[in-house]
Amino acid sequence: MQLFAILLSGVLINNFVFARFLGICPFLGVSRKLETAIGMSMAVIFVITMASLISWAFYWFVLEPLRLGYLQTVAFILIIASLVQFVEVVILKVSPVLYQALGIYLPLITTNCAVLGAAILNIRESYTFIETLTNGLAAALGWSLAILLFAGIRERLELADIPAPLKGFPVALISTGLMAMAFLGFQGFLKGVLF
Amino acid sequence: MIGLFRDFTNGILKENPVFRLVLGMCPVLAVTAAVENGFWMGMAVIFVLTSSNLIIAVLRHVIPEKIRIPCFIVVIATFVTMADLVMNAYLPAIHVKLGIFVPLIVVNCIILARAEAFASKRPLLNSIADGLGMGIGFTLALLVISSVREILGTANLTIAGNPVFTGGLGFEPARVMVSPPGAFITMGVLLGLLNVATGRGKLKS
Repeated sequence: MQLFAILLSGVLINNFVFARFLGICPFLGVSRKLETAIGMSMAVIFVITMASLISWAFYWFVLEPLRLGYLQTVAFILIIASLVQFVEVVILKVSPVLYQALGIYLPLITTNCAVLGAAILNIRESYTFIETLTNGLAAALGWSLAILLFAGIRERLELADIPAPLKGFPVALISTGLMAMAFLGFQGFLKGVLF
Repeated sequence: MIGLFRDFTNGILKENPVFRLVLGMCPVLAVTAAVENGFWMGMAVIFVLTSSNLIIAVLRHVIPEKIRIPCFIVVIATFVTMADLVMNAYLPAIHVKLGIFVPLIVVNCIILARAEAFASKRPLLNSIADGLGMGIGFTLALLVISSVREILGTANLTIAGNPVFTGGLGFEPARVMVSPPGAFITMGVLLGLLNVATGRGKLKS
């Protein structure tokens, strides 16, 4: 039940984009076409889940026993940067087709604050290994849900007749705001309905 | 001297990181529900940006070209950790409110972008001027956005724990402005207004 609550909270209630403001740059940057949004989502799901697990293990088995908790930020960002490089090399060797699809998105992920954000949140909430796995997956799925929905809207915005000063970023931000308002409806969902 | 001044003002107006370059949006949206949070976030970014620009400018001939990005990240992460620990010690209430966005300054695109585009190529003093200017530009943007949100969302303005307008501003506060959707809408409308003011929107149509 606890795991289901974490999953639901990550995807809908505390959605990374709409409630926590994590990963906004790639959210606005690569949502112009549904196709690129799908590619980015796959890369993000993979990297956030992996990074959550590795940083969790590194914190509890290396930093915490050595009382080096204050090195968390430096350690995590280096783990994420090397993980992304590693994943890039492995995918290139194993499946050139997948590399073609994800390749250009992987380097961008290092500076995606959703990855580091998820890793830090797992430690702050003192999650267990399984909870970390669930939370990382939920956060990534929530981010992907947001970017996929938004890409669909944005493809139609391109054709809409929008006042010239609002074209581009302004209208994208305002539509995200309206989507966030819709997602606000999920607040209090867990307390009211499930438990 | 004129060059230094130009580098300093560049980040405040011409290339304002938030309103012109639209970089580092996550903290801009996340910490602007109250003016005080926005101010301290800005201070932390000024500190990190100026110090990392300083160190990277000093080390620019030593850092090998191929591994420069990891080197920049380690320098930036060190200063972020310092800012995080100092805030935790002296401003615990603000530190709790800013939450994970203090450690997340590491992945703020503005800081890495300035290291890569400016500090790694230019002399020490220019890099410091650039860091200060960009940091101040970022802080001013945060102050503008957070005052709009706090005034509309709470019908008042709280600075250092005291309300500025005693008795409120006499209108019903729109609570949505201090909740997440308000951040996106405020930012979108402000960018649109800026386009009107500078006539950028008209040129395209």
